[in-house]
Amino acid sequence: MTATAGSVCLEVRDATRSFGGLVAVNAVSFQVARHSVTAVIGPNGAGKTTLFNLISGAVPPSSGRVLFEGTDVTHEAPEAKAARGLIRTFQLVKLFPELSAVENVKVGFHLRSRGGLLAALLRPRAIRDMEAAIEDRARALLHLVGLGSAADLPAAALSYGQGRLLEVARALAAQPKLLMLDEPAAGLNGDETARLASLIRDIAEDGTAVLLIEHDMHLVMNTADEVVVVDFGRKIAQGAPDRIRQDPAVIAAYLG
Amino acid sequence: MTSSPSTILRKAFPVPAQPAPRGRLAAVAPWLVAACIVGYALVAGGYPATVVGFALIYAVFVSGLNIFMGLTAQVSFGQSAFAAIGGYASAILTTQHEWGWLPAMVAGLAAALAAALAIGYPTLRLKGHYLSMATLAIGLIVHEIAVEWESVTLGYLGISGVPPIDIAGYEVSSDRAVLIMLSACVVATALAVARIRSSRLGRAFAGIAGSEDAARALGINVARYKLVSFLLAAAFASLSGSLFVHVVGYVSPEVFSLHMVILSFTMLYVGGIGTVAGPVIGALVVSVLPETFRSFRDYQDLAYGAALILLLIYAPRGLAGLFAALDTRRKP
Repeated sequence: MTATAGSVCLEVRDATRSFGGLVAVNAVSFQVARHSVTAVIGPNGAGKTTLFNLISGAVPPSSGRVLFEGTDVTHEAPEAKAARGLIRTFQLVKLFPELSAVENVKVGFHLRSRGGLLAALLRPRAIRDMEAAIEDRARALLHLVGLGSAADLPAAALSYGQGRLLEVARALAAQPKLLMLDEPAAGLNGDETARLASLIRDIAEDGTAVLLIEHDMHLVMNTADEVVVVDFGRKIAQGAPDRIRQDPAVIAAYLG
Repeated sequence: MTSSPSTILRKAFPVPAQPAPRGRLAAVAPWLVAACIVGYALVAGGYPATVVGFALIYAVFVSGLNIFMGLTAQVSFGQSAFAAIGGYASAILTTQHEWGWLPAMVAGLAAALAAALAIGYPTLRLKGHYLSMATLAIGLIVHEIAVEWESVTLGYLGISGVPPIDIAGYEVSSDRAVLIMLSACVVATALAVARIRSSRLGRAFAGIAGSEDAARALGINVARYKLVSFLLAAAFASLSGSLFVHVVGYVSPEVFSLHMVILSFTMLYVGGIGTVAGPVIGALVVSVLPETFRSFRDYQDLAYGAALILLLIYAPRGLAGLFAALDTRRKP
């Protein structure tokens, strides 16, 4: 444990990633507190998704460190980070298209359930009970994100916005300590966005830290406790939403 | 279920599970057709029993292949190698070392799993088609070993005189006894695949099939589960190889050639990849189909080819999927 443990869930220290000569993320540092919603905003191409990939382990950083609950996880694989409770969604939705919505969510319970080949073949009572519990909780999660009536539809039949909500439900199934959402409101209509905003607040109040990348300023201003602004790979501002709205550097970046 | 750091689920009200509205007929129809084909062979005996017996052995093999290619969406061209390892182990140990059929079958299984582990462990970590290439290589290598290691395998001559399986002193050698034994094996295999498919293990496979990135993000160790899937496929291949040599009483390198791989792929796609019934109905139909065109004489292969093309056009998701499509079409 380092000095940063305690109320800090995630700490990014000087995270840098260059692709050839292009520095996509340049010495970005920030912290995500427990029980809070932190939003990363910035113009297109600012390096937000690369930053997300550095944190989730999809892309290794060129330099800098990522600490999760006080442990250095910089070079861990995505599945190892997921096992620690760091769960992400994707900007381009990655569903399991052949499976139904509820089956998609059930895959999300992987880390929160047990059993391998023997459990599958012999199906002892404990495993049957676990399967029944997973089924109930998966349907409850779909209901929570507003997809209760679409539970048995194949994922491929869902609209773009529904697919995004399904990805959130699937991520929640893994019971994350830190939930990372990459543009969750993209493709959502007004009602769906409002529902998502209140869901994100509920998730944070339950003790799950939320880190989101978002273009929808309305959603960011309504949900975020802290906003990190990046432009050309650098962090140019950080603070509460109200303060960020008036920050001259942010206004310059957005309005050119 | 482990305890949850989050209580968000308690806020959502529990929704009772509703069984998906799916046609009973669609689920049962492929099995009815399979049962009819096996039933006919049981009554007829003789040549039809031989054809259907081979088909049932293939059903075990293709069901295993389906775990890797259907449930996990990976490609292997070398499953014939694991069938050869199982088959040769059974043949060599029972004819040259006087082992019983069961220990020989288990030894073959262990050898096939060891070979699958040796090839799968390094290659399954790689993305892309490295595994497919490696599996193609192992298929060819095992075939070469079977041809060249004459002191043990007798080369192209093959090993004959493999004893039939005996269960509690009863020799399974008559047409009907063999068919009943093989049917039991196929039912057990299908049951195993069905249970794997609807388990946590099967969901991990489905996650890998759907999106490796998403699977990893949910904590699924993709390399490990691909290996498990590969080992399962190898196990069923090995068992089918052992069954073959005991039923036929003979083994030679040609049995496990590339032709076997092509035939098993045909069965998998015609039957319906990723389904439980698909490999079984696929193995039976693809085996029986050429026989039904026997009266066409010179045009037998042509008719068989045309039938396969028609099947793939009108049932792109396989026969198992065709029944489901017909069933939903009838609904209002």
